[in-house]
Amino acid sequence: MKARIAIGIAGLTCAAAASAQVSYKELTDALHLVMESDRTVYTRQVVNRLQNEEKVIKASEHFKDDKALPLPAQMFRFGSEMVAEKKPAFSYSLLSLWPINKQNAAKTPAEKEGLDAVAKDPSKPYYKEETLGKVKYFTAVYADRAVSPACVSCHNEHKDTPKNDFKLGQTMGGVVIRVPMK
Amino acid sequence: MTIAIGSYLAAGLLLKRSADDRWLAPARSMLLPGKTTHGHHQIELACESCHKPFGGKQALQESCERCHATELKSANDTHPLSKFTDPRNADRLEKLDATLCVTCHTEHRPGITRPMGVTLAGDFCFHCHADIAKDRPSHAGLAFNSCNSAGCHKYHDNRALYEDFLAKHLNDAPVAAAPILPRRALREAIAQLPDYPADRFPLKALDASAQDAPAGLRATAGMMRDWLETSHAKAGVNCGACHQADKGAAWTERPGQAACAGCHGTETKGFLAGKHGMRVAEGLSPMTPAQARLPMQPDARDRQLGCTSCHGAHRFDTRKAAVEGCLGCHGDEHSLAYKRSPHYALWQKELAGTAPAGSGVSCASCHLPRVEHRIEDLGLKRTLVQHNQNGTLQPSEKMIRPVCLSCHGLGFAIDALADRALISRNFAGRPGGHVDSLDMVTRRLRELRDKRRKPEDKS
Repeated sequence: MKARIAIGIAGLTCAAAASAQVSYKELTDALHLVMESDRTVYTRQVVNRLQNEEKVIKASEHFKDDKALPLPAQMFRFGSEMVAEKKPAFSYSLLSLWPINKQNAAKTPAEKEGLDAVAKDPSKPYYKEETLGKVKYFTAVYADRAVSPACVSCHNEHKDTPKNDFKLGQTMGGVVIRVPMK
Repeated sequence: MTIAIGSYLAAGLLLKRSADDRWLAPARSMLLPGKTTHGHHQIELACESCHKPFGGKQALQESCERCHATELKSANDTHPLSKFTDPRNADRLEKLDATLCVTCHTEHRPGITRPMGVTLAGDFCFHCHADIAKDRPSHAGLAFNSCNSAGCHKYHDNRALYEDFLAKHLNDAPVAAAPILPRRALREAIAQLPDYPADRFPLKALDASAQDAPAGLRATAGMMRDWLETSHAKAGVNCGACHQADKGAAWTERPGQAACAGCHGTETKGFLAGKHGMRVAEGLSPMTPAQARLPMQPDARDRQLGCTSCHGAHRFDTRKAAVEGCLGCHGDEHSLAYKRSPHYALWQKELAGTAPAGSGVSCASCHLPRVEHRIEDLGLKRTLVQHNQNGTLQPSEKMIRPVCLSCHGLGFAIDALADRALISRNFAGRPGGHVDSLDMVTRRLRELRDKRRKPEDKS
């Protein structure tokens, strides 16, 4: 099954973009690769380095009030919200079986199964077709792991955490990407 | 006869100018589907402001956002559109379409309209937060129509009400030791503004001999006295700055709002977004007290609202604007009680010079407060007067952070704003009731601390 989404391989000056048909799986895998890399860079190079190692600035959920860095999860969500405002043909979110904000718990059966699956085997993404609000989606769930000590310390110590024994490298949740199917 | 009545109604409906036309306006009034809310009644005859032909709900939504999106964003809206567009919320949207303002705020339905223009039943939080007691056992048994009405939560603006903020303010004193309101610090701001026209308005005080009005249009002695006392004269702003659009341009005897907006753009934008300027913003004649639903002073009925109706041309006395400007028109219980309030006593001391600048509390201190204004493109922030009074008006909890907390503790402010009688008395006295939210946070923090301690005690 191929998604009718043209991936432009166009340079800035190249008017005629080459295009190819990609599968839903290839599309979500590619999107996730970018998301995961950006997320890891922010968590390691900004938050963990400046908060945990250099101790020059803190990261806080209330970063404006506290004059602090946005949390990595917020950074991810703000990006997701900005993308959503542009009404693209996909959406993504960050969910967990152990969410600090309970609105980010698994809700649909595919989310529950997916988060369970990637918690057991983080190396294998979970793919499923699901229907939400009369629209059929290709839903992919990818493991979201603790990539730095900042993830572990913050989640284990947060007053609203339902789990306080996370370890570095462990799956803490999942990135869920949805593409409406034609 | 039928054709004549039909033509009259059709003209009223189809011509936008009929909203402001003495003869055609009644035709539009007859076509109103129901009494409009307090928020929109001033522009109710400008149907086109909200309704677009054949636009449907989305066009209506765009109209809502055109006026309200900026304020919602600056209030860190707790339920923004972005929370609901994710397909995982499709089941919730089927119950309550939170992507559209009109789902909760339907206009022209006076029979079901509650405070804040809400037309849903008061327990609407239930639709998404039915299982809140699982996460917050302290909320078990609380009525869902109390979430929004008990002083604890608001649907949009929770800047002063979120748990961690309450936790930071558990030990606030009711009144700070030496409270002072923010300063505007114009000179410091100007120094940072790269596009400030310093060549035209050098920051040097002008005297009477410097006036640049042409012969035959020279200022009267009274005008000159007024102008010399203003910040305008002290900041090099000469007569031509307002009376001439550009150097060499024609002299305008009575400059309008556009002249003020040339330098005070942000303030003008706020004025147009608020209750004083919203009619002008929609292309209607200026608001007058005669059109207000709140009680107004009878002799002010026909005053048209513009910049100079409060600020007074040539004089531009912000202190006068901050109290007399308001009380000249407003005649409701809260306004009339101001001069018997402790806030007014502080204001009088400031005016008399026996208390420091910023220690007095005028009408404007709370309703047109000095707030932080960010200029994102320049990476600057400065303090300006917010001329859109909606920013701190209703629900009254919106006032807590930008206004009350400059002088009062959070718990005191929450209790005071929950006491309607105290508001009517313009805060003469102390809050009669108590909102539990801070106590609930104290209990929760203690419980969490005890829970964390227990495993260590066992080991």
